[in-house]
Amino acid sequence: MSSSATGTSRCAACRNQRRRCPTDCIFSPHFPSTDPERFDAVHRIYGASKVAKMLEEIPPEMRGPAANALHFEAKCRIRDPVYGCVGIISTLNEEIRDTGTELAKLRARVAFLASGAQERQLGQDYTIVDDHWTEQQQIGNVVL
Amino acid sequence: MGGATPCASCKLLRRRCAKDCIFAPYFPPDDPHRFAIVHKVFGASNISKMLQEIPIHQRADAVSSLVYEANARVRDPVYGCVGAISYLQNQVAQLQMQLAVAQAEILCIQIQQDPAVLPSPSQFVDEPLVAVDDKSFLLHNHQYFNFQPNPGNVTHESLKRESFFGHDMVS
Repeated sequence: MSSSATGTSRCAACRNQRRRCPTDCIFSPHFPSTDPERFDAVHRIYGASKVAKMLEEIPPEMRGPAANALHFEAKCRIRDPVYGCVGIISTLNEEIRDTGTELAKLRARVAFLASGAQERQLGQDYTIVDDHWTEQQQIGNVVL
Repeated sequence: MGGATPCASCKLLRRRCAKDCIFAPYFPPDDPHRFAIVHKVFGASNISKMLQEIPIHQRADAVSSLVYEANARVRDPVYGCVGAISYLQNQVAQLQMQLAVAQAEILCIQIQQDPAVLPSPSQFVDEPLVAVDDKSFLLHNHQYFNFQPNPGNVTHESLKRESFFGHDMVS
C-alpha cells in the first residue's frame, strides 16, 4: 500500500507517529493504514525506530516476511508477556519429545509383532515337513 | 548489583546504576553481551517497560526469553524465532506421520496374523479402518500460524490446535 507525499493516505506507522508519510516510507508497504493494530503491536514491543532499523538492514524483497515475523512475535509477547513466542518453542519441543517417545514404542511393538509373525511362518513350514514325513511312513518308504 | 559496580545495562547506557535499578538483577556486569543484544533488538526503554508490567518473580524468565528472541533475531534478521517455530512444526508433522505409519503397520501385522481383527464392513461407518489415537496428525489440529519462511517453497500447512491470530502470514 503506497503512501502519498501529500499525506492523504498515510501508512499506519506514520499515522501512529503523527508525521507525513513520504513516498519512500520504509513502513508503508508492510504496515498499511487499513491495519493499524499491526503497527501498534510492533511499535509497542520494539518501537518504531528499531523496526525501521531492522527493516533497513534487510533486502527489500525480504522485508515483507520480516514484518510478518516481527508482528507475529510482537503479538506473542503481548499475549504472553513473560515467554512470548519462546513459549511456543517450548511447547513444540515437548511435543517432539513426547511424539518421539511414542514413535519409538510403536516401532518396538512393530518389530516385536513382525518377529512373532516370522516365527509363526517358520512353525507352519515345519508342520508341512512333518506331514510329508508321516505320509511317507504310511506308504512304507523309509525317509531319511 | 547497583552502587559501586554498575550493571551491564547502566554500563552500556553510561549512567549511574541506582540501588533499585530494574535491570541490575538480570544483567550482571560480567555478561555485557546479554544486555547488548536485547538492547539492540528491543531497546532499553521497551525492556524496562515490559519488566515493570511483569511480577518480580517472573522477570528472570521474561529476560531469558527476551534474550533468546533477541539472539534468534540477530542470527536470522528476517524470521527470528518464527523460523525456529516453523522448523519445529515441520518436525512435529513428520513425527506424527511416522506415528500414523507405525500404527498402520501394527494393524496390518495384526490382520495378517488374525484376519478376525479386520472389522466388519458395518463398522466402517463409525470407525476408521486405521486405528489412530486422537493425538495423531490425522485427527489432531494444531495451528500456530500458516507461515511460508522461504518464498517459492511449498507452503507448509501447519498442524492445527489453536489459531493464535486467525490469519495467514504468507506474504
